Amino acid sequence: MIEINNLTKSFGANLVWENVSLTVDDGETLAVIGKSGSGKSVLMKHLNVLLYPDAGEVLIDGLNIFEIRYAKLRRLRQRFGVLFQGAALFDSITAYENVAFPLRFFSDFKENEIHERVMESLKLVNLADIGIKTPAELSGGMRKRVGLARAIVMKPDYLLYDEPTSGLDPQTSDEINDLIINMADTLDITSIVISHDMHSVLRVADKVAFLDQQKLSWYGTVDEMRKSDHKELHAFIIASEYTI
Amino acid sequence: MQLFVDVGRYCRLIYEAIRSSTEFGMYWKNIIIEMVKTGYDSLPIIILAGFFTGAVMTIQTSYQLVAGFIPPETIGSIVSQSLLIELAAVISALVLAGRVGARIATELGTMAVSEQIDALESMGFNSVTFLVMPRVLAGIFMFPVIYVAAAVAGMSGGLLSGYMTGAVPMADFMLGARQVFSPADVSFGVIKSFVFGYIITSISCYKGYFATGGAEGVGQATTQAAVLSCIYILVADFVLAFLLL
Repeated sequence: MIEINNLTKSFGANLVWENVSLTVDDGETLAVIGKSGSGKSVLMKHLNVLLYPDAGEVLIDGLNIFEIRYAKLRRLRQRFGVLFQGAALFDSITAYENVAFPLRFFSDFKENEIHERVMESLKLVNLADIGIKTPAELSGGMRKRVGLARAIVMKPDYLLYDEPTSGLDPQTSDEINDLIINMADTLDITSIVISHDMHSVLRVADKVAFLDQQKLSWYGTVDEMRKSDHKELHAFIIASEYTI
Repeated sequence: MQLFVDVGRYCRLIYEAIRSSTEFGMYWKNIIIEMVKTGYDSLPIIILAGFFTGAVMTIQTSYQLVAGFIPPETIGSIVSQSLLIELAAVISALVLAGRVGARIATELGTMAVSEQIDALESMGFNSVTFLVMPRVLAGIFMFPVIYVAAAVAGMSGGLLSGYMTGAVPMADFMLGARQVFSPADVSFGVIKSFVFGYIITSISCYKGYFATGGAEGVGQATTQAAVLSCIYILVADFVLAFLLL
């Protein structure tokens, strides 16, 4: 379970958000939505301790991740899979090696076991035959899927998606949405999806958190969002050219 | 103010690299890869630079020492000692500040702005151990080798140009070189190359690792890495000469 309590972050004089509190239960998918610059990706970087807050805490299974030592943090990070906005694949190695990368350092697997696990992950993202290509030879959607395969190869407990459908055509976006749902269902992973794509949010999320005006402006289930009369949330959804 | 921020971040980066150096199993393969890139791949340009430095120096020294009573082996003495004490280390460091420093800053800068360093950290790697430590160690290990290669190439260049231009016969050049040869000079050159190797790789790693702002940011990081490396090489050269000679 992920608990975020009164998290506050600013960069110099610029307040990103303050007193953000929310909870993500095991197996649940939370979508964090908001305008560009509302601090969605900043929130995600806090969950993986790539950034530290000015105040507040994030508890993972009751453990405050900002207070643990670096060695323990590194072990904790291995329980997370992260799909970055641009996939963040290592461009000097092939797609296959990208997926195998964490296994080579953090598992005792032999080469055939690594191969099995990599192929299993690549099959889950429908890219079983893509291994020998380098990231530069892949399309945006393929890169995201390889990034997702790398994120799940260590069988994490938590998956963080940063704008998983941004820059993709509607059909590829739908494929990624299917994958996110598939990951949550088949691997029972707790997921947090950072997005401003309402179509994607409504398909994949159980709960929605809306960041606006430097705070957590609205937080609830998708059904509650459909019924909500929150003005800013509605304006955001309408601006997303989406009707609920 | 920015200077203090830079110094603080640089010291933290190096401290983290030293602190995590025990995780040898994590980065030993990267050290070998970096040693090849930094040392072996640099040899052609270093041999070329060293050869022509020695060749030009021999001709210029012979031009300056026109008095008939100065024995020709003096040219060999001056050229060989200058190469061993100063030129082989400094010329190769200045050349490699561009070649190696720019490569390191560009590689790490690109990784930083495309979130690859964040990805490494997110997977549970210590990115400093994985990216910085191998590059700095490779620089420290390989620069003395590069120094020796530059010195040998410089001597060969001096020998050959002295013979071809008639400035100094080969036997006299070698006689002069042997007369002034001192192991202490070589030790001084090796110490210098250790320090220059550390300066170039650590500054370039620092500039690349903290690069921000897309392609322009990577370009700036690369330029700053090369320029700062050159400046600190010259400063360190003076300090070492003052302390050790």
